[in-house]
Amino acid sequence: MSPILIAEQVLNGLQFGVMLFLMAAGLTLIFGVMGLINLAHGSLYMVGAFAAAAVAGATGSFLLALVAALAAAALAGALVELVVIRRLYNRDHLDQVLATFALILIFSEGTRWLFGSFPLYLDIPAWLSGPVTLPGGIQYPLYRLALIVLGLLVAVGLWLLISRTRIGIQIRAGENDREMIAALGVDISKLYTLVFALGAGLAGLAGALVGAIQSVQVGMGEPVLILAFVVIVIGGIGSIKGALIGAVLVGLTDTLGGIFLPELFKLFADPATATATGSAFASMAIYILMAAVLVWRPTGLFGART
Amino acid sequence: MSMKTLLAAAALAALATGAQAQVKVGMITTLSGGGASLGIDIRDGFMLAIEEDGRDGLEIIVADDQRKPDVAVQIADEMIQSDKVDILTGIVWSNLAMAVVPSATAQGKFYLSTNAAPAQLAGKGCHPLYFSVSYQNDNLHEAAGAYAKSEGYSNPFIMAPNYPAGHDSLNGFKRFYEGELAGEIYTELGQTDYAAEIAQIRASGADSVFFFLPGGMGISFLKQYADSGVDLPVMGPAFSFDQAILQAVGDAALGVKNGSNWSKDLDNEANAAFVAGFQEKYDRLPSLYAAYGYDTANLMLSALDTADVTDQEAFRAALAAADFDSVRGKFSFDTNQHPIQDIFIREVIKEGDIYTNMIVGTAIEDRSSAYVDECSM
Repeated sequence: MSPILIAEQVLNGLQFGVMLFLMAAGLTLIFGVMGLINLAHGSLYMVGAFAAAAVAGATGSFLLALVAALAAAALAGALVELVVIRRLYNRDHLDQVLATFALILIFSEGTRWLFGSFPLYLDIPAWLSGPVTLPGGIQYPLYRLALIVLGLLVAVGLWLLISRTRIGIQIRAGENDREMIAALGVDISKLYTLVFALGAGLAGLAGALVGAIQSVQVGMGEPVLILAFVVIVIGGIGSIKGALIGAVLVGLTDTLGGIFLPELFKLFADPATATATGSAFASMAIYILMAAVLVWRPTGLFGART
Repeated sequence: MSMKTLLAAAALAALATGAQAQVKVGMITTLSGGGASLGIDIRDGFMLAIEEDGRDGLEIIVADDQRKPDVAVQIADEMIQSDKVDILTGIVWSNLAMAVVPSATAQGKFYLSTNAAPAQLAGKGCHPLYFSVSYQNDNLHEAAGAYAKSEGYSNPFIMAPNYPAGHDSLNGFKRFYEGELAGEIYTELGQTDYAAEIAQIRASGADSVFFFLPGGMGISFLKQYADSGVDLPVMGPAFSFDQAILQAVGDAALGVKNGSNWSKDLDNEANAAFVAGFQEKYDRLPSLYAAYGYDTANLMLSALDTADVTDQEAFRAALAAADFDSVRGKFSFDTNQHPIQDIFIREVIKEGDIYTNMIVGTAIEDRSSAYVDECSM
């Protein structure tokens, strides 16, 4: 196993983690600020991807497609918050899970009705396609590098928003004591709609960015949603920093586990069995990581101590 | 309305439907999620043949298995116990077929496979009531293996999802390729990111890549592969280059060779009529899955013409005779009730704005399956 291969896999893990972060950031904000379990977050990811594919198909511009993805998902998020989610804040988590699960079905069937069951075409723009050679002779796709950079920029932007702006102060205050900030004259329902739209927009952006290298299809959000939940549990619910570190940890564990576990098993089993059992263990790796973190820190790495 | 009249009405209604539908067919297939395009093509191909035939007394019940084995088992139980179907069909994925088929045939139901045909059911697990109309899983991969050998590739990297058909795939490829491999990996079923695998391919020193990734998996892999800068020739079974995948992948797939038992340019009357009819009705080109669905329905109809489905011996003999015009031209059943057919090599081409396949040669003539001797029927 050459160092170049390992370096490339670390980049892959980082890229995967950064995309997971875009999903998990919204999820953790919504959970932290509003105390809401939003299973439909994966549907907003799908909405973003479909909006991007539709706009890219119509205009040919990838940047416009990204803007459309962000806008469509944020709009869908705001709408969902106003129409459905608003009624759920005072209910228990089971009701929230049921209602947001219903939203998944509605979004999936609605998208199928609008766009059909066949995957849509969304391609990487010419100016981001192809590989670049990094120092050390590593060939790596430019688009994936761009994803890493963009994801980290979003992380910095979110951190500035939360720690340096008035809205950020309100969000943090809302996390701690929602009655108190309402009493101080902050329009809490407007704040909730805003946070929900922000989270939805980030999910939509992730959907569009990932859709360009994967396939844009109905149901694409659900597998990512599960991983995003793992990320926020590892990182600590409500913590953006936790979401970033959790996402990178999950991304690296998943990618590197998939490579090294089969190699490890080859030391004491024949190649075919090693590949099969190695890949089986690799798919468990992130859940083992989650369990280990929870044993060590029951509220996650950066969760509020109770 | 009194309770009595209500009951009488219900009884009458039951009688009426009972008299109308003499034969019930249950179709379990994947209509949602990443594998939906496969199931939809199977259903549409099947229903096209049923509509062209237009006979009365046939009821088709279609249900979505969501590519989940537990859902498929639940639907099958419901179809067998409350709908009382005579024939089951439609399953796309081999892990679902393994969960449903043995128990369905054990309960005395015919199962006609429109796609999945795992090794287990072709060999020791063969059953008089189980027919595969599509192929045996290994077949199309065997063709790709034969192609790799004839092209003189000496160090291919091979890859398939970790489920029964994935194992059959790599076994099939190796059976006809017979040489050294640069690497062999199993990916997760439904995986969407192949960056790690592509890095392994790059580092392996392979001279070519064989992959079996149907549906959305194939789209993701091909797009990422094209963007990775690895430019080794790729090949695979037709599943990795079906009609839906090609439209989503675009130019990246042009020129790729793949093994198939069907292609839209196969020169026979039944196929020409099928391709034209499918395009007219659904406004898109059929895939090989649609062709299997269409053939399965026509085989079933041909058997219903000569035998009653309740007389299992007679109906089985009528199916085994394969007295229908297959869109694949030559078609007959071997003793394990899997097809004997030609397997071709196709090349991905562009016709106008549409990406599709064209036949460039025959890889294996009159191919049956590797497991036929293990079947004791």
